[in-house]
Amino acid sequence: MSGHDHDHNHPHAEVGGEGPPGYYDIMETAVRELLIERGLLSAAEIRRQIEVLDSRTPALGAKVVARAWVDPAFKARLLADGWAACGELGITSYDETAMIVLENTPQVHNLIVCTLCSCYPRPLLGLPPDWYKLKPYRARAVSEPRKVLAEFGTVIPDDVEIRVSDSTAFVRFLVLPQRPAGTEGLSEDELAALVTRDAMIGVVPATPIGGPVP
Amino acid sequence: MSDDRFATVFPEGERAAFKAGDRVRIATRAPIGHYRVPTYLRGRAAVVEAVIEPAAVDNEAEGFGRDAGMKRHYYRVAVPMTEIWPDYAGSPRDGLYIEVFETWLEEAP
Repeated sequence: MSGHDHDHNHPHAEVGGEGPPGYYDIMETAVRELLIERGLLSAAEIRRQIEVLDSRTPALGAKVVARAWVDPAFKARLLADGWAACGELGITSYDETAMIVLENTPQVHNLIVCTLCSCYPRPLLGLPPDWYKLKPYRARAVSEPRKVLAEFGTVIPDDVEIRVSDSTAFVRFLVLPQRPAGTEGLSEDELAALVTRDAMIGVVPATPIGGPVP
Repeated sequence: MSDDRFATVFPEGERAAFKAGDRVRIATRAPIGHYRVPTYLRGRAAVVEAVIEPAAVDNEAEGFGRDAGMKRHYYRVAVPMTEIWPDYAGSPRDGLYIEVFETWLEEAP
């Protein structure tokens, strides 16, 4: 990589991370080195867990949703016990959480938030988006959900009930979006391509045929 | 087994104290420490939607590295948005759903 010598006046960190480590960088390094030194964890175990985290992406959640759309018996099992049904597709929960799957219907729209921090079904969807972790979303999703949804382009009619689930202890939530109209002929893989991360948080519907509404 | 003399006695907390449909109130407490009940919901009236299985240890104790020993249930409770925010803009049927540990729920009068 070439040097960072171009002329501009906005401050930002160099990509190479050459600056001095911050407070939390130092704390993380200190705790990690202590755990390794005391033999409580090995460097290989930590690296391995990072690999596990990195391998979880919204594509796994999309696969689960698409299966629920085509297989009513699977959908019933998914709504009864989220992690058990995910296990059928080879997706394991590596943490001690439970998962409740919330089905969107023409009458009910579900939205997920964690007001206290950033609880999220990471084993199924990977890391949450940055906005999910920031205070504006966390505060506003529970106080003015319709406005927040409208800012995502999702206008919920008044006769549709909004259920905001605040995830704060050991339960994680997954929104099962409604299957878009006109998708009867699509394969399971094609259906999964319509299911985005944001649809599984509940801020947008599954992508309709022909792409998102502008 | 129908003979009461040999009925199983359950440890305190093992069986759920509330059931779906029960009207409850989320406690108004402010202990020092780690717990999972957001301030904006304390004191609010709620309805139990579901008992969450299995029973779990008390995270207020667990957060300090103490095994609470005794397990109790979490409950998924529903609170109307209008109960939380008096000037809520939206359908009166809109609601907030959250899991609350048994020790934070009181029977509503």
